[in-house]
Amino acid sequence: MKAVFKQTQGMLPVSTSYCPGCTHGVAHRIIMETLDEMGLLGKAIGVAPIGCSVVAHQFMNVDMCESAHGRAPAVATAIRRVHPDRIVYTYQGDGDLASIGMAEIVHAAARGEKFSTFFINNGIYGMTGGQMAPTTLIGQRATTCVDGRTREQAGMPLKICELLATLDGPAYIERVALNSPAHIRKAKKAVRRAFEIQQEGKGFTFVELLSTCPTNWGLTPPKAMEWLEENMIPYYPLGVFREPEVK
Amino acid sequence: MARKFKVVFDRERCKGCELCKSFCPKKIIEMDTQVNAKGYCPAMITEQEKCIGCQSCATVCPDCAIEIFEEEE
Repeated sequence: MKAVFKQTQGMLPVSTSYCPGCTHGVAHRIIMETLDEMGLLGKAIGVAPIGCSVVAHQFMNVDMCESAHGRAPAVATAIRRVHPDRIVYTYQGDGDLASIGMAEIVHAAARGEKFSTFFINNGIYGMTGGQMAPTTLIGQRATTCVDGRTREQAGMPLKICELLATLDGPAYIERVALNSPAHIRKAKKAVRRAFEIQQEGKGFTFVELLSTCPTNWGLTPPKAMEWLEENMIPYYPLGVFREPEVK
Repeated sequence: MARKFKVVFDRERCKGCELCKSFCPKKIIEMDTQVNAKGYCPAMITEQEKCIGCQSCATVCPDCAIEIFEEEE
């Protein structure tokens, strides 16, 4: 029997701490599969954030470093500058990157630091109990906006890809979703592209992965996938926002 | 001859989220009634011979619990 789908060596053989149906597991797997396929598992250094994925280093089979809340881009900047031959990436959620870590990500992108950032956007704070995040949609319920987010009180949700695309620093920016097998395959291609551009030393690469949080959204995992398709993708359009210039 | 696939579930890693079940185009994945050590009802395949090897289940699985093999002639 030949294997047509084998689990990657990039994921440690342990059960993750995520809730059933959480797409963090899918995001972990496609990043690790890509590093595995590119033969970079021994060369990559990851930076874990604060949030549900604070324990990502227990699941990803690469060297990893923990960072203070939102400061993963600052830590990754240092690692990449000291070890220019390594592949460095940060893995951050929306509470970490779009809220407390907004300054770090904007400045790292503006400087064009040569690492990759994987931004998991599920529109809510997962670990702390489902509070409103900067990316929570208008009308979406959270424990700190029980009747749904309103524009008057909280403003519009932040579109990080569009925001970073106004800067000169980033080499590659793409938004993908993790809500169906087809979208997950496209997401994996985006992850690969980000690592390839980093290997070529062309600059900062950023991939936003629209994700689900079935527990805090109050939906079953399959329903959460549908909710993402119907509500998040219209507001957060998928696509490439920046490509390196062909010279 | 039609290609034959074998889908293998890791019962102990599965958390019973049912994503594989909902994305299977042939609708041949069901949840077991027996729980695993963590107390979840893990996924299992009911009619192995109907599998077309599309890998949708393994692609959406958040828990690395699915592996797919093809039988060689």
